[in-house]
Amino acid sequence: MSNKNNGRTANALFKTGVYFGLIVWALIVLFPFYWMLLTSVKSYGAYNAESVPAFFTLTPTFENYVYAFTEVPLAKYFLNTLIYTLVTTFLMVVVTVLAAFAFARLNFRGKNLMFTLFLALMMIPYELVIITNFVTIKKLGMDNTFSGLILPSVTSVFYIYLLRENFAQIPDQLYYAAKVDGTTDLKYLRRVMMPISKPTIVTIVILKIIECWNSYVWPRLITSDQNFYLVSNGIQKIREEGFGRENIPAMMAAVVVVSVPLIVLFLVFHKRIMEGVSRGGIKG
Amino acid sequence: MMEKRDLKGWLYLLPAMLFLGVFMVYPLVDVFIYSFEEEFNFASQSFKGYGLNNYSFVLRDPFFMQAVKNTFILVIITVPLSTAIALLISLGLSSIKPLKRLFQTLYFLPYVTNTLAVGLVFMILFKKTPVSDGLVNVLIKWFGGEAVDFIDGPYWAKMLVMCVYTIWVVMPFKILILTSALASVNEDYYKAAKMDGTSKLRTFRKITLPMISPMIFYLVITGFIGAFKAYSDAVALFGTNLNAAEMNTIVGYVYDVLYTDGGGYPSYASAAAIILFVIVLTITVINLLVSRKHVHY
Repeated sequence: MSNKNNGRTANALFKTGVYFGLIVWALIVLFPFYWMLLTSVKSYGAYNAESVPAFFTLTPTFENYVYAFTEVPLAKYFLNTLIYTLVTTFLMVVVTVLAAFAFARLNFRGKNLMFTLFLALMMIPYELVIITNFVTIKKLGMDNTFSGLILPSVTSVFYIYLLRENFAQIPDQLYYAAKVDGTTDLKYLRRVMMPISKPTIVTIVILKIIECWNSYVWPRLITSDQNFYLVSNGIQKIREEGFGRENIPAMMAAVVVVSVPLIVLFLVFHKRIMEGVSRGGIKG
Repeated sequence: MMEKRDLKGWLYLLPAMLFLGVFMVYPLVDVFIYSFEEEFNFASQSFKGYGLNNYSFVLRDPFFMQAVKNTFILVIITVPLSTAIALLISLGLSSIKPLKRLFQTLYFLPYVTNTLAVGLVFMILFKKTPVSDGLVNVLIKWFGGEAVDFIDGPYWAKMLVMCVYTIWVVMPFKILILTSALASVNEDYYKAAKMDGTSKLRTFRKITLPMISPMIFYLVITGFIGAFKAYSDAVALFGTNLNAAEMNTIVGYVYDVLYTDGGGYPSYASAAAIILFVIVLTITVINLLVSRKHVHY
């Protein structure tokens, strides 16, 4: 009897310990977000008067957000990133759907060889190809243009692979039935395959959006003109040249503005995102 | 003879082939050529001849060696540590029911955030300014320690912040992969172990660990590859002039020589990128050889 009770107490203790550890990690994950939000609503004077940072503020202010949009062209960076993200993602979907369809549904000579080559390309590290891409884009005079930003970022072999696997699961009978009815391949792709594979397409779209929104290296190489900066480069610019003086609250306001769209996207689609990432096992 | 249906297949594939050809296959060949072209001039696009000079320049460059040192320290510290912590957290997650989904979702949040943006938050948390020591230093002082400037201070302090931030960034992915690996272990094994009265530790060592070992090794391999390519985390914490901060990484070195004003040096960048590729490839092969011995498939 007492033994059983001991077991139960030990179990309860164990559970408490587990929850404690998990809560600690949750705090570590959330704290930076809390801190950026908090700092962004502290006034410049108040922030710089705190020798020990305050954990909350009773007088939140939005002046930093006004600064972030007026003192630096944050809205411009935002718009650039939006254009870059939308166009790149759209082109990616078109290219990916067509290629995945060819690999999954059509029969042509050299298909298997080509697919193997595509898979081999998945192993190529980005760092190896970016150097020539930089030289190519510069030679074409496309630095500081949207095409220079977008074109090298369009294709992701991995997404072609992911969508091909999904397309391949759609029963052949549907295709032959559509063929009998005289449906063209393109129409079949648009009317049947894409709707059936919508979850996968949505997943790759979201993953691509995240990738685009966070991209830093390529935009930094290819844009020297502030008019083409994306948010990551903008943030870096603000950090280095900033608001004329080191204005950390305003910097944090900019950081909040940049982070919010992705956090909203995550809150809405977290299931899809997590599923897609665990299926693909990629780090964006 | 090309049939109509062959043509159609290639037509659908054409856009992808164009993009991949121009921006992946051609650069892949080109990067090797660049790395052997000596005294390449960006403006005139001319070079003197072929040889290994670019490699020997890079290998003798103190900035490159500093970058190699930094990258190796970063890899050796963060990969084992992040994998171990992720395993611990995932085990915790898989042992509870209420709130499990909430925790899982929360833990994944850093994955979607902009590395540059959140890096700035870490910077201000660790930074020591004339006005304030920063939050982390305040905590250190509460526990009786001495304040350190983690951003512009001694090398070990900067490396510490870099490791902390890197671990924070890579954790979501590892936790996600490990929790799904743990969830896929067949319940019957655990039931059988419970019937036999096997202790929790023994169950973990004899059942859980072998069952998820392929995933752990997968994480170690991808972790090595990812950590060797560290760059934007360092920029977020220490700014773009990483050489001055002594915190450059190999990838950072590649971009710095490529980007230098006046066109830069694609030849040096290519040689450095290929050296990085060879290092990563070697480590991956070693990892695979080790895993063949220890992983139960």
